[in-house]
Amino acid sequence: MESIGVLMACPMNTYLEQELEKRFLLFKFWDFPDKALFLDTHRSTIRAVVGNATAGADAELIENLPKLEIVSSFSVGLDKIDLAKCREKGIRVTNTPDVLTEDVADLAIGLILAVLRRLCESDRYVRSGKWKKGDYKLTTKFTGKSVGIIGLGRIGLAIAKRAEAFSCPISYYTRTKKSDVNYTYYPSVIELASNCQILIVACPLTEQTRHIINREVIDALGPKGVLINIGRGPHVDEHELVPALVEGRLGGAGLDVFENEPEVPQVLFGLENVVLTPHVGSGTVETRTVMADLVLGNLEAHFLSKPLLTPVV
Amino acid sequence: MKQKSMDQQDDVPLVFVHRPPSFHFPFKDRLSTHFNLLDPLDSPDSTHFVRRHANSIRVLLCVDPTPISSDLLDLLPNLQLIVGSSVGVDHLDLSDCRRRGIAITNSGVAFSEDVADLAVGLLIDVLRGISAAARFVRSGFWAKTGDYPLGFKLGGKRIGIVGLGNIGSQVAKRLEAFGCIISYNSRRKKPSVPFAYYANIYDLAVNSDVLMVCCALTEETHHIVNKEVMAALGKEGVIINVGRGALIDEKEMVRFLVRGEIGGVGLDVFENEPDVPKELFQLDNVVLSPHSAVATPECFDALEELIIFNLKAFFSHEPLRSLVELE
Repeated sequence: MESIGVLMACPMNTYLEQELEKRFLLFKFWDFPDKALFLDTHRSTIRAVVGNATAGADAELIENLPKLEIVSSFSVGLDKIDLAKCREKGIRVTNTPDVLTEDVADLAIGLILAVLRRLCESDRYVRSGKWKKGDYKLTTKFTGKSVGIIGLGRIGLAIAKRAEAFSCPISYYTRTKKSDVNYTYYPSVIELASNCQILIVACPLTEQTRHIINREVIDALGPKGVLINIGRGPHVDEHELVPALVEGRLGGAGLDVFENEPEVPQVLFGLENVVLTPHVGSGTVETRTVMADLVLGNLEAHFLSKPLLTPVV
Repeated sequence: MKQKSMDQQDDVPLVFVHRPPSFHFPFKDRLSTHFNLLDPLDSPDSTHFVRRHANSIRVLLCVDPTPISSDLLDLLPNLQLIVGSSVGVDHLDLSDCRRRGIAITNSGVAFSEDVADLAVGLLIDVLRGISAAARFVRSGFWAKTGDYPLGFKLGGKRIGIVGLGNIGSQVAKRLEAFGCIISYNSRRKKPSVPFAYYANIYDLAVNSDVLMVCCALTEETHHIVNKEVMAALGKEGVIINVGRGALIDEKEMVRFLVRGEIGGVGLDVFENEPDVPKELFQLDNVVLSPHSAVATPECFDALEELIIFNLKAFFSHEPLRSLVELE
């Protein structure tokens, strides 16, 4: 398979790069400043694209790779891949579901605790020597707070299971109510936001869910409400979120994703009720290795004409 | 100050308040509506004040874990109950109290959930580097240098709980939901508990990836997490302490951290608060918290309810809640 061209869309994982280099003819897209020239030269060699949450395969790229057979994403999210175009051209698509579910859910709870109990701020308080002058102020209890989850897929359910251990009443919004679940259903995001204290975004990013957290939802969540986003940056209208936090119309936020990563609205840096992490939802040594193996396994399966491990298209 | 007749001592609910000098007592007003609070620190001559009221004092409210000396107990010959406001009782001489026939109540389960929440929060923070990653974002590094280094997965980790009391049990309940494997060390094995029991902390450490220190500080548990235990936990081991600072040999822990011989620590308590070893400030695998596990309004509300309940129960000769076993 050493002559099969694989295009890696952006840097994502050293182990994955090394393994791809061993097995295929790997092209790192970011090594080529002149993308047009690169595509002219190598378009006939490239039969696979490896993407992630940052960059995948949009319509333009797909059109420029006539020999493309498979897009294997180093993520569970598929928002950077033009799925319709792939279906149209018979291009296979795989992702990395299940293996990262727990890490992402763990981070969601970690962000809740960090915001409510001011973990980062208290740590800073101790490191700066301020504790010698007086105690840190009171924070807010997590156990028992009502949790609302947007999207009750694998990740949403894993978050619910963890929050239940903290005695949190769970409610959710999905496009259609789930019959096999014991949580309170709300038929709209606004109703969900009006009836919970901690709102968590855990759904896929699609055209319908872009800016699902808008001004109205933020207002419904309110000055005591906390927003946690472990989905995709564009789920949240950042232009509405930032002033709401600055003005105290929203109680707090824990954000792992942003509309324009790695750019983060700097005005959020000074807010003690906001915790910002650099898209580390699946960022553990253990999980990224398993994800990489899944990408490699899917590519190998495809080129050996075996069934794909985790196909989407 | 109203003078109370000594003859009326059984009718008037007198409560002696023992508190640190600088601490303003959050629910004093509410307690004053139910009880007659005698606070020597409100009087210009506190010793004289205590002597004047000594014989009528049957219950003492200890605000904060303020140490109570034998001398003070000598001055209160009719003291029957100390109502504590912390879960820890290491600031009291338990055998002295038992000898004098003084019962002690602590904060019982009023704090357990908040302390357990903080313990879990610290663990996720250490393993996933949340506070360190937040610093990374705020310093502008994400845009400049690229991705943040990978953390470590919590699911599947073997958690060793040191002390499976109220707090330890709440920690176990939470971490089970994250797919962790729970085992514990306690003074005695608990028959109704499904977790693996280790008779000593060293064996617990050998078989764990994480130690959650949730036990009471006593003579036996002083420095229970020592050099041998930390070595047994291993280079990737994590320790979370929400008990008392002196449960860990702090100097040794700092050496282990500086030499990279332990994976990380999350600490809410220290041997000499509010002093914290400066070496810890340079480390990203360390999360520090200013003894704030119970610092939520919900904790204080629950404590207030419990204290009022116990004071009322005492004066009505009814059963008390959260009595501390005086072995």
